[in-house]
Amino acid sequence: MSFELETATSPEKLRRVAIDPVSRVEGHGKVTILLDDDNKVHQVRLHIVEFRGFEKFIQGRPYWEVPVMVQRLCGICPVSHHLAASKALDMILGVKQLTPTAEKIRRLMHAGQILQSHALHFFHLSSPDLLFGFGSDVAARNIVGVVAAHPEIAKKGVLLRKYGQEVIRLTAGKRVHGTGSVPGGVNKSLSAEERAELLKDAYQMVAWSRDAVALIRGLFEQNLAEYNAFGRFRSAGMCLVRADGAMDLYHGGLRARGIDGNTLFDHFNYGRYWEVIAEDVKPWSYMKFPFFKSLGADEGTYRVGPLSRVTMCDNIPTPLADKAREEFKAFDGGSAAGSTLGYHWARMIEMLHAAETIKDLLHDDDITGHDLMATGERQERGVGVIEAPRGTLIHHYRVDGNDQVIRANLIVSTTHNNHAMNTAVREVAKQYLHGREVTEGLLNHIEIAIRAFDPCLSCATHALGQMPLEVAIVDVDGTVIDAATRDHRGLTREIRGIGKLS
Amino acid sequence: MTAPTLIFGWGNPSRGDDALGPLFVEHFDELARRHPEWGEVECLTDFQLQVEHALDLQGRRRVLFVDASLDAPAPCSLVRIEAARDDSFTTHAMSPQAVLKVFADIEDGAPPPSWLLAIRGERFELGEPLGAAAENNLKAALLAAVDWIAGTD
Repeated sequence: MSFELETATSPEKLRRVAIDPVSRVEGHGKVTILLDDDNKVHQVRLHIVEFRGFEKFIQGRPYWEVPVMVQRLCGICPVSHHLAASKALDMILGVKQLTPTAEKIRRLMHAGQILQSHALHFFHLSSPDLLFGFGSDVAARNIVGVVAAHPEIAKKGVLLRKYGQEVIRLTAGKRVHGTGSVPGGVNKSLSAEERAELLKDAYQMVAWSRDAVALIRGLFEQNLAEYNAFGRFRSAGMCLVRADGAMDLYHGGLRARGIDGNTLFDHFNYGRYWEVIAEDVKPWSYMKFPFFKSLGADEGTYRVGPLSRVTMCDNIPTPLADKAREEFKAFDGGSAAGSTLGYHWARMIEMLHAAETIKDLLHDDDITGHDLMATGERQERGVGVIEAPRGTLIHHYRVDGNDQVIRANLIVSTTHNNHAMNTAVREVAKQYLHGREVTEGLLNHIEIAIRAFDPCLSCATHALGQMPLEVAIVDVDGTVIDAATRDHRGLTREIRGIGKLS
Repeated sequence: MTAPTLIFGWGNPSRGDDALGPLFVEHFDELARRHPEWGEVECLTDFQLQVEHALDLQGRRRVLFVDASLDAPAPCSLVRIEAARDDSFTTHAMSPQAVLKVFADIEDGAPPPSWLLAIRGERFELGEPLGAAAENNLKAALLAAVDWIAGTD
């Protein structure tokens, strides 16, 4: 089955507009839009060039190396891979319960990761669109523009990010390639000095995170109609929840709700995730499309990440974030909680939760304890799942008798969101592009829909050091009618009549 | 006390020649320990350059950014850089010029004198080791940096 605007009936007669790659997302994303002569949209597809070397990179390595090695899969969320792998390898070691110190140090590290990742995404990558407007001057629509116009907001973003990185450094043992989490526990706790150092700013981070929640709420209030309608669609969702239904980003059972809010499964043991999730393939995309098995590939698509977590949990176990959750869900009769841009609001609520969690854990004496490791009876297979900043992250390993990983399977958050991002992009194309002359500002609307999900496609980008945006409008013969390029030096140039694309 | 000289290299150690930045820092750190006449030197690495690294520039007298580059002439290039606003602001991997610009904006002052040492790399695939050409380029880059640290004092 094909969804609306997924496949055009006569693509050979249409103009093709490509956004390649999409900027301000991690990795390489490309959007193709087929338009007819009246600029009516017939097909929209988000192609994600998924990196396919994850499993090969891991297979053959001794299992104890894996939590460190997997951090090199991605320059953006190494801690998420570090912790998901550690959890899977806890299971390989037969460890059913970590020591209190080990679990709390890991939770502290994870909260640091959530804080720094959400701060970067909101203040650095998304706030330019939200503060200046979706179709505003491209020259101002970046973090420098934010610094110039809203210096206090920009500075808070930098300092929140820095604080999260410090939490990671002190819990993981190093600024990068941390080794803190190991199969069966952790290899360090916090010293009294480290604890005191983090406590100095912990309350400030909570206050600034509250300010961020207020900021995104204010933006919704100012732009209510546009934000609520932007790329809106109904979707099923999935996330981890604690045994009592509360939000838990580190550990829990899987909860899934259908498009009408009905429960599909709850507190499901993620160690058997393949019983409830399968992956579909489509001929036009390398990336798989996961779905709930009980509903099938056509009806069982879902989304993950902050919006699913904040709207599907029964409560958030820190008071300020829980109050913010209640206000978010009640806002305008619940409209924001169902909108694609609601991801940003939910993300700031989670950042507040992370800041509160850090503050609370820093007051818990267990984080300075010395009982770091647990043991158990060795198993062959292990599955680790955490709620990474972008959504549910699954690591699954099999280890042989020589302690080598013989099979690895990773399902990353962005793969779970593949269908949802495609749907959001199609909705925005219908709303904003249909029948209109294509401009940079309009194409930015497409990118804003993608950025709401904060997709992370592993760090192919750093090697090249740039993420240029290229847009080409091509006629049916392959002749470039119009093209614009924005490269990493900030140049924008228009090229007309340059001939055929190769 | 903050070390007056900062050496900041970035890259993914498991991505072939992208390891040049972190490897350079590792070797230079050893050199700096043997050369107290260079003064106190702090060596930092990360996967990618990002906004918060602007805060690492506070209190420095000179900064050397080090990265692998597909565009640099072999074996390496060493150039003085200034704060600049570019489109790397819109990515997860910022340019050092953009980081200097963030420093200038949030500190409301000029960033420390800074240089970029770009070491030529060829292959950046996950799981690959450093290439032979890159190893030679790394040695040349270390020599260039030794001249730099002596000449900019």
